[in-house]
Amino acid sequence: MASVTYEHVTKEFGNVIAVNDLNLHIEDKEFLVFVGPSGCGKTTALRLLAGLEEVTKGIIKIGDRIVNDVPPKDRDIAMVFQSYALYPHMTVYDNLAFGLKLRKTPKEEIKRRVQEAAEILGIQDLLGRKPRQLSGGQRQRVAVGRAIVREPKVFLFDEPLSNLDAKLRIAMRAEISKLHHRLQTTFIYVTHDQMEAMTMATRIAVINKGMLQQLDTPQVLYDTPINMFVAGFIGAPAMNFFKGHVRKDGGKLFVDCGAFSVPLPAERVRAAQPYVDRPIILGIRPEDIFNPAFVPPGINAAKVACKVDVTELMGNEIFLYLVAGDNTIVARVDPRTDFRIGDQVQVSFNIDKMHLFDPDSELAVR
Amino acid sequence: MKPLTGLNRFFRNLPTHLAIVTMCVLWIIPTLGLFITSLRPREAVRTSGWWTVFRPQVQVGETEYRTYCASCHGVDGDAIAAADLSDPAVVSAYPRSNRLLTMLRRDLESGPHLVDPPLPAEPNAALEVLSPIVTYLQTLSGINPEAERFTLRNYADALVGYKGSQDYLTDCEQGVVSTLAKFDCDASDLLKPEGMGRAFVNTLIMAIPSTILPIVFAALAAYAFAWMDFKGRQWIFALLVGLQIVPLQMTLVPIARLYVQIGLAGTFLGIWLFHTGFGLPYAIYLMRNFIGGLPREIFESAYLDGANHWTAFCKLVLPLTLPAIASLGIFQFLWVWNDFLVAKVFLSTHPVLTVQVTNLIDPRGANWHILTGAAFLSFIIPMIVFFAFQRYFVRGLLAGSVKG
Repeated sequence: MASVTYEHVTKEFGNVIAVNDLNLHIEDKEFLVFVGPSGCGKTTALRLLAGLEEVTKGIIKIGDRIVNDVPPKDRDIAMVFQSYALYPHMTVYDNLAFGLKLRKTPKEEIKRRVQEAAEILGIQDLLGRKPRQLSGGQRQRVAVGRAIVREPKVFLFDEPLSNLDAKLRIAMRAEISKLHHRLQTTFIYVTHDQMEAMTMATRIAVINKGMLQQLDTPQVLYDTPINMFVAGFIGAPAMNFFKGHVRKDGGKLFVDCGAFSVPLPAERVRAAQPYVDRPIILGIRPEDIFNPAFVPPGINAAKVACKVDVTELMGNEIFLYLVAGDNTIVARVDPRTDFRIGDQVQVSFNIDKMHLFDPDSELAVR
Repeated sequence: MKPLTGLNRFFRNLPTHLAIVTMCVLWIIPTLGLFITSLRPREAVRTSGWWTVFRPQVQVGETEYRTYCASCHGVDGDAIAAADLSDPAVVSAYPRSNRLLTMLRRDLESGPHLVDPPLPAEPNAALEVLSPIVTYLQTLSGINPEAERFTLRNYADALVGYKGSQDYLTDCEQGVVSTLAKFDCDASDLLKPEGMGRAFVNTLIMAIPSTILPIVFAALAAYAFAWMDFKGRQWIFALLVGLQIVPLQMTLVPIARLYVQIGLAGTFLGIWLFHTGFGLPYAIYLMRNFIGGLPREIFESAYLDGANHWTAFCKLVLPLTLPAIASLGIFQFLWVWNDFLVAKVFLSTHPVLTVQVTNLIDPRGANWHILTGAAFLSFIIPMIVFFAFQRYFVRGLLAGSVKG
């Protein structure tokens, strides 16, 4: 059991900066998820911690111990790889026992731990098989099992679910969450899938272009993204962004996006004051746009006129792709909505949930 | 369309099949000829081609006997008890055809001996007919043994390195002095220095370490080139691959001189080192590509599991590269086994099979039968290796071109 600390960690590959001045403290027993688009440096950050890459600058600590020069095998960590990296010529049992055998664990102890891990993951019946005789999900379990038997201080997961089909991914997601609850160990998990991050993490570190963007709990990330990247990355379908400027009209402030304008709620006025008659970016999530006929009570709604471009019925909801002037609006509305393609309609923006961003720095305006 | 697919496939594959069949025939016919020749007796090899063994064999005089005598004496000659032609005692009374003619001209039971058909009246013509009959009668009665069609004596001659005018086994039976001076006529002859038996042993001693050593070194080097980070890795590897173009012949003189100076000339150790050196560049190249093709994550996972480079090599690389090692081993073994030049230059004191075959050549070309046997002995092991490992053989052929 241990905390993990990145202090000013930088990793360069030749001229490319993969990780740029990363500062991060991961608490003991935390489930931290690194999330970001592919190539953003999240996997590199994990591999630096594992010792598979050397740090260019900065310090990595596990607990209180600086591990920069500690070889991977002595860092007391276990890693689950995207490709599973099972040893193809060994049985499942030998795959699980390999690390323990190398550490000269007594035979009885190896057997006990392998059995225990196999039970946790429900792979007792597969111990005699070779990896090629297993399905993708079973291989995934074996890979996790190989980490469990080591009883490490920190578990590292490098996109472990991305090779599974959608259904299995959801099932394994829940299982890994359960596993974290059961083992009470530090988990560090890398994924490009914000859904995985939202569902499993105690805290999420959003990374882009080697830089840490925001580190917080899933709910805070969702509600108050610190910049446009985080706002656009977290949540599906992604947040709508509209270029506009702030207009003062009769003592009230509006965000004018050309084809439509939306009033600012009272509590946002002070923050938006400096942007009067200056460009600003309005962000609103698809789920904060409603069909006016089914607006839930207590919502501070602003109506916007637009044209229906595409509708997608999902059963429990409908995705609307709307056009207002140059803007495309994605909305996630009540399934009773009966808009047709080409209809001129009105939708309601929940202005209490709107986000404002500075167009130059892309930072949130609060 | 459906019912024709089978036929379509047949015609589509026809050129391939024809090519394969042609290649098989082209390879098999000379090999078969060599094999049959190696089993034929010395006289037969000298007088007729190997393909004549497929004709039904007719004994000398058999046709004439059937024409003139078989109607009364029977096909086996024992139909008339009073004149049993299969009895050597009866036949030995007529060693020549004129004696037989005299007897046949006498009347038998108040009538001519030969009636249907009658012998030619002219004496010389009659003798010409009777001469093969006499030979045949001698074969029939067992005075002359029937000529052997196949024999293993050539192999015995080749194994001991016999160069006399009959064959080794006959010489030993008859106690020919010149043969006894060289041979003991017991099992120890199999290791006489001029024979293929000794050469076989020499070749094994030469070939096995010459195969194992380069593979061991190549596997270790290939692991380092693939998975260990050290300065100049790419350059050293490029240099090694480049070494493949150095022709072996260029180094014969310098290395022969060096070997004389350090006392390795004519030793097995010398030739092991030579073959190892010349096998390594290609072996490293092939092994590096194979080991480098293994997924990186497997090694990273092993390092996290506590493996160092040595355990990763033994527990992961060796088992996973077994197919590459096998095909490499087969190629190196066959090349070393069939090598003549290197063995001739560096190991003339312990002749290997290829060298020994040339030693057996008679300057007048009189011992084809022994050469064919010797040739067959020298490629028994390559044949066994090839058929036992042909799966790996094909993989090895592909290893250079297609990334595994």
